[in-house]
Amino acid sequence: MAIVIGFIPDKYGEAALAHGLEEAARRQTGVVVVNTTKGDALVDNRYLGAEGKVTLEQRLADSGVEHEIRQTMGGDVADEILAIAKDVAADAIVIGIRHRSPVGKLIMGSVAQRVIIDATCPVIAVKPA
Amino acid sequence: MDTLNLLLDGFAGALTLENLLYAAIGVLLGTFVGVLPGIGPAMALALLLPVTYGLDATQALIMFAGIYYGGMYGGSTTSILLNTPGESASVMTAIEGNKMAKKGRAAQALATAAIGSFIAGTIGTLLVAFFTPTIATWAVEIGAPTYFAIMLLAMVLVSSVLGASRLRGFIALAIGLTIGLVGLDASTAQARLTGGSLELADGIDIVVVAVGVFAIGEALWTAAHLRRRPIDVIPVGRPFMGRDDWRRSWAPWLRGTALGFPFGALPAGGAETPTFLSYITERKLAARRGGSNEFGEGAIEGVAGPEAANNASAAGMFVPLLALGLPVTATASILLAAMQKYGIVPGPTLMTDQPDLIWTLLASLLIGNTLLLVINLPLAPVWAKLLRVPRPQLYAGILFFACLGAYSVGQSSFDLLLLLVFGCLGFAIRRFGIPVLPLILGVILGPLMEVKMREALDLSGGAVSGLFNEPLAIFVYVLVVLAVVVPPLIARYRPPALLEHHDQHHDEEVS
Repeated sequence: MAIVIGFIPDKYGEAALAHGLEEAARRQTGVVVVNTTKGDALVDNRYLGAEGKVTLEQRLADSGVEHEIRQTMGGDVADEILAIAKDVAADAIVIGIRHRSPVGKLIMGSVAQRVIIDATCPVIAVKPA
Repeated sequence: MDTLNLLLDGFAGALTLENLLYAAIGVLLGTFVGVLPGIGPAMALALLLPVTYGLDATQALIMFAGIYYGGMYGGSTTSILLNTPGESASVMTAIEGNKMAKKGRAAQALATAAIGSFIAGTIGTLLVAFFTPTIATWAVEIGAPTYFAIMLLAMVLVSSVLGASRLRGFIALAIGLTIGLVGLDASTAQARLTGGSLELADGIDIVVVAVGVFAIGEALWTAAHLRRRPIDVIPVGRPFMGRDDWRRSWAPWLRGTALGFPFGALPAGGAETPTFLSYITERKLAARRGGSNEFGEGAIEGVAGPEAANNASAAGMFVPLLALGLPVTATASILLAAMQKYGIVPGPTLMTDQPDLIWTLLASLLIGNTLLLVINLPLAPVWAKLLRVPRPQLYAGILFFACLGAYSVGQSSFDLLLLLVFGCLGFAIRRFGIPVLPLILGVILGPLMEVKMREALDLSGGAVSGLFNEPLAIFVYVLVVLAVVVPPLIARYRPPALLEHHDQHHDEEVS
């Protein structure tokens, strides 16, 4: 039983992480932070490098919440989050969402939308302040 | 100062607004493909060759020159920011360059690479301008037997000296020569290796081979390794250098140029050897100087030297290409093919037949080199962003251009079929670690070599001695024998200690 947090190193990921940690504290459970990439480009800024992972680990340790970082590669981002949520029997999933115009959504697709629709547990969608 | 006047005339020809535009496009395209790992200048030239059919010869050559120098420069950006060399000549730059970037000195590393490339490219091109006419007048004198011998030397050197395995080198050469044989025999009009197919009677166009092996082969190879862990990229601002960086860079730049140019001009060509030598030299000199020896932790000398050597050898390549019609790198092979398309036959007579074209080309190399510096210093952060393009989109574009290019060669769907065949061949040689360069060189040099051999044998009435009746030819044959015999002997009596970098790079590619 845990809170699954979809994390990328930008303000959307930060918002999800902050709220996810609060949520975990309130429910008195742990967090599983998911950071994933399709791995189809040479460089992906949304994927944590070795250094970024250490920093994140440190921050999670400081928060005092029971935690785990899972980095996966290769699959669709939404599928990966959902698979991990199922795997740890998540209480809730926390994701950051961004504003997208209808056209933008048509072109880029929406990871958040797919997570919300396909998830079997509650999904908390957070906007950065 | 005859040469200088001719060169100034060349500038007059090259410095039109339209030509400058083509030079700028060439430089941008070249850097674009140079930055992306797996796509080198040779592949870019092969892909863009058909696009330039509509231009006149001068403009096309100007654009190619820009692509060539741009590609050489772009490779250094990837080496420094990612520790993943964009092309083999940048392997040495990556060693110190990436360590500099990790220490937060990416801007200085990029700057010394760019300015070093500029200086080496400029000096190198000027040397080409001064050497080529001399060598060309000398080359008019040499006969078919010597030509044959020199081409043989180039093939043997490229196959056996470069790369890790001589056997693989010669396998690649054999495949290339076989492809070059396909078609009608020039003097007897007998069909060779065509399998009765009429489409093959004209021979296989080098563009189809090059695009297939480079572009389709690389695309298939990438498709087979599509999902990979992303690499950490080091963020970069606008490149600049402090006073201390200048002080430490200028000598390695000049030393690198001095090492790079002769190697580029030799038949064994390639930038791998001179960049390696430059790196070793700078490291030794730094150790001797003592004091602030930063080698191993990001020394600017280790970027400045190899980068200069890289570009100087890129310039040196033009000497054998223009003076003898002898390509020594994959890129030069494609350039030669491009010239043939325009009815230009590189070789000793080119200097006298079409001097305008040559001097314009050399002038445009200098212009392209300058543009490279002006455009690329401010654009470095943009090039770094390019690395985020997802592979499926990138390679879809490459495949599109590849098919377009192959089809435009003869407007026949048979060429597309051939393209696929050579794509599979390209995949196979990557899979088995067979080098591409001897293959391409075999395809383009094989037929040229045959012409010279036929010429020599016709003169001697078919007697084999016709191949040996020039003293220079015999001298070159001695070099060929030495090239085959000496390296294994050296390897036997000296433990191999210097190859570690290449192996390391290869492991990364495979994993």
